[in-house]
Amino acid sequence: MNMSVEHGAREARPSREAGEARVPGRWTNVLRRTLATRRVVIGLCGIALLATMAWLGPLLSPWELGERDTPPFLRPPSPEHWWGTDAIGRDVFVDTMVGLRKSIVIGLLVAVLSTCIAAVVGGFAGYFLGATDRVLMWITDLALVLPSFLILAIVSPALRDRGWLVFVILLAAFMWMVTAKMVRGMTMALKEREYVLAAHYMGVPAWRIIFGHIIPNMSSLLVVDATINVSAAIITETSLSYFGFGARGSDVSLGSLIAEGARSATTHPWLFVFCTGLLVVLVLAVNLVGDGLRDALDPQSNHRY
Amino acid sequence: MTDTETRASAGDRRVASSPALEVRDLHVTFPPRTAGANVRAVRGLDYQLEHGEVLGVVGESGSGKSVSSLAVMGLLPGDARVSGSVRLNGAELLGLDDEAMSARRGSSISMVFQDPLSALTPVYTVGDQVAEAIRTHNPTVGGRAAARRAVELLDLVGIPEPGLRYRAFPHEFSGGMRQRVTIAIAVANDPDVIICDEPTTALDVTIQTQVLDVLRRAQRETGAAVVMITHDLGVLAGLVDRVLVMYAGRPVETGTVDEVYHHPRMPYTMGLLSSVPRLDETERTRLIPIRGDPPSLTDLPEGCPFSPRCPMVIDTCHQTEPGLRPAGGAGHTAACVRAAEIRDHGWTGADVYPESESPATPHTPADRRNRDTVLRVAGLVKHHPLTKGTVFRRRVGTVRAVDGISFDITEGETLGLVGESGCGKSTTLLEILRLRAPQSGTVVVLGRDSARVNRRERFAIRRDVQVVFQDPMSSLDPRMRVFDIVAEPLRTHRYPRSETRSRVSELLRLVGLDPAHAGRFPQEFSGGQRQRIGIARALALRPRLLVLDEPVSALDVSIQAGVLNLLDRLKTELGLSYLFVAHDLAVVRHIADRVAVMYLGRIVEIGATESLFSAPSHPYTQALLSAVPVPDPQRERSRKPIVLEGDLPNPANPPTGCRFRPRCPKFGTLTSDEQQACSHTDPELTQVTTGDHSAACHYTEKRSVI
Repeated sequence: MNMSVEHGAREARPSREAGEARVPGRWTNVLRRTLATRRVVIGLCGIALLATMAWLGPLLSPWELGERDTPPFLRPPSPEHWWGTDAIGRDVFVDTMVGLRKSIVIGLLVAVLSTCIAAVVGGFAGYFLGATDRVLMWITDLALVLPSFLILAIVSPALRDRGWLVFVILLAAFMWMVTAKMVRGMTMALKEREYVLAAHYMGVPAWRIIFGHIIPNMSSLLVVDATINVSAAIITETSLSYFGFGARGSDVSLGSLIAEGARSATTHPWLFVFCTGLLVVLVLAVNLVGDGLRDALDPQSNHRY
Repeated sequence: MTDTETRASAGDRRVASSPALEVRDLHVTFPPRTAGANVRAVRGLDYQLEHGEVLGVVGESGSGKSVSSLAVMGLLPGDARVSGSVRLNGAELLGLDDEAMSARRGSSISMVFQDPLSALTPVYTVGDQVAEAIRTHNPTVGGRAAARRAVELLDLVGIPEPGLRYRAFPHEFSGGMRQRVTIAIAVANDPDVIICDEPTTALDVTIQTQVLDVLRRAQRETGAAVVMITHDLGVLAGLVDRVLVMYAGRPVETGTVDEVYHHPRMPYTMGLLSSVPRLDETERTRLIPIRGDPPSLTDLPEGCPFSPRCPMVIDTCHQTEPGLRPAGGAGHTAACVRAAEIRDHGWTGADVYPESESPATPHTPADRRNRDTVLRVAGLVKHHPLTKGTVFRRRVGTVRAVDGISFDITEGETLGLVGESGCGKSTTLLEILRLRAPQSGTVVVLGRDSARVNRRERFAIRRDVQVVFQDPMSSLDPRMRVFDIVAEPLRTHRYPRSETRSRVSELLRLVGLDPAHAGRFPQEFSGGQRQRIGIARALALRPRLLVLDEPVSALDVSIQAGVLNLLDRLKTELGLSYLFVAHDLAVVRHIADRVAVMYLGRIVEIGATESLFSAPSHPYTQALLSAVPVPDPQRERSRKPIVLEGDLPNPANPPTGCRFRPRCPKFGTLTSDEQQACSHTDPELTQVTTGDHSAACHYTEKRSVI
């Protein structure tokens, strides 16, 4: 450990002020530890590979999105159509790649966004308690009791023209509540910790205590939560698409493809296997990253005897 | 013990020739949790316990004392590798399966654990739990007979109205009462051996006296042999016949309690004995810390494990690990190559250990009127409302945590605030640190009234008042590097960035740490080092008042001495004032210039340390002082502690008149006319001598109790 600290210190030097150079900053350190974990590297490579595939794949394919081949339809995979064609003659490979694009963007963004909202809301509610807590928890409870799926189903077609970003915000808006409640509970426990008290008594402002001491100390929870949320977001989007509210028509996502393919999974497996397989690989890669990140963020995990 | 039948059968079980418990060459090894070396927790422990004998096992955390007793009980987790031999009444215990072990646990060998809170099941009444212990091992005993016997046992351990309290649940009992119940369970089947693992560590000192009393009585009644495991040398002194000192998983010294305490032959024992602050010290002596930290059990040094910390280490020490060798009369053995030399020269701890830190400073001279007042607290009150219901909250009472206390601290002075848990000392401290208007009364820090400062001024005052907390584990953010921890106050108070680095290094050096370690995380340091980091952080802004909340109570004695010496040195060097909150009276006597004793939200006695400790005037202070065990077997055996009846009353409903009245030993000796004053008038603090010493009692009487 000693050696790696010194080593890290040398690496960190150029980025820090000369006076503080010997101690690497918190983020440098997390980054270094993260990259030193094999699971994370594998997971990151997996995500990068999927992203490259999703964005470059359709360019390599001779087929365009929405372009139809002549009958017979439902052709199995062949050199011409790498992953076969669907019931109206579209190329499954191109469709899947375009769908993957959307799922990656939605999954990652929604997860990060909802976890951030949860951390901030829960952290502030739990730290200040009193009126802040009551107002924030009232909002949380309200969001919890609203039938989110129904609202999403009603609102999403209206917002489809506004682009995917609105859709991401909407999905995130209905995913943060349970985590926020957990964060609030943990904050209330952490608030009693002596290092939080010490910071308070040395005059550190409350927001800096929340962001500097409380949220970092529950990063394991938050990372796990974000990881789960990636799959949850993709699946929510999938089920919306399945019912025809999310992606529709030429607008594809992994969800809409799985929904369509599931019907003929036994007779024409290529419609189902590829998109489902990619979803599994994506979620797996994200889980690997999350798992490794959790360890990297926790300085204790390395020094256990 | 009225049940003659049980007694007779117990006698049969005892084979006259074999000792009650015999441990031979016990080794316990834990596989590493992740990669790394095995944890060798116990490495060759031998002892023999005769019937009715009391053996004390003493050692610091990680010395293997608890693990070895768990191994004897067969309670170690499955992955632990245990080898050697443990014989109970001549019958081998190691290698028995769980069922066979269960038949013996609780009947012929039993254990009392440290934490009485988790030792009892919360959903059964205490009486049923005692009865269960009886019936498990004697299925023929009927429910009624078992209940009757349980009541007898509860009576034996001193539970008032045992018949009534039989139906009480554990949460209705205080810590001391729960520990009595666990002792009742332990002796329920008249065991041959009782193992007590730090049975009084979690208890207050007056309760500790009660529980030790009960243990002595239980031991006398059952005639069981007792293994008493503790880190407190004082507790052992008056209780045990023989002592076994453990270090790094091995016994390093053993002998009769008088031999070991008065003529220690192993430098570790010598250090341990001279690092304890003594309540009976008459003048301030330097505490002798043992440098360094206990070795890691995964990576033991070559040769004697104590050699890296030993002041008299020679080359031979690094070669082989010495075994126990005779070092004096009466079976006194020590594991040190120089034991004979120590005996011949008659060396003591003070001769062997070099002066590492500056010698003790004398108490600050009594003339405190000419010095500035750093902190003045007057009539401070903190009441917590007790509410019931969730939707419609209504106030059902008030917890009078702090109920009108006044004291002041002058520049360069240390005020020790002592009292048992629940007396309001921590609340007092948090009220002072909060720097807001208290519910009633005033807190004046450096001439500024906390009720009348605005935000910016309060922020400025925070520079001058800093705090060091008790638990070195939780007082440092585990996710921050030491550098960032110590720099946090500097950054908060906009210390010039360019100087932060050098200031942090300076601070780390000041508290005796290597500045090169600033890049490490707190977990990489030992408890004592972490507490030093906490002190460095508190000193960062050059405060004038340091509030210390039990700063050494979580540390081992050899480490504690080093931290106390450091605090002493810093006070002189930096001209600090301390508000030192503690429950350990010996520590307070060592460090404080003045002492305030709290009971149930009030200060009952306050005065100069010398005056208060040598001639306490309040009956509570007298009882408190008399309850502290002294690490001196002869003194301890002859001392008669004043045992206080009962527990601390509920602070939501304090007694009328004098709050100490229901437990006061003096109250009973008064005539009924005199008692009137105690029952109706709350006594004020009044001066008892011409000097600096006041007590809140109607009938003060000086009495030396140490």
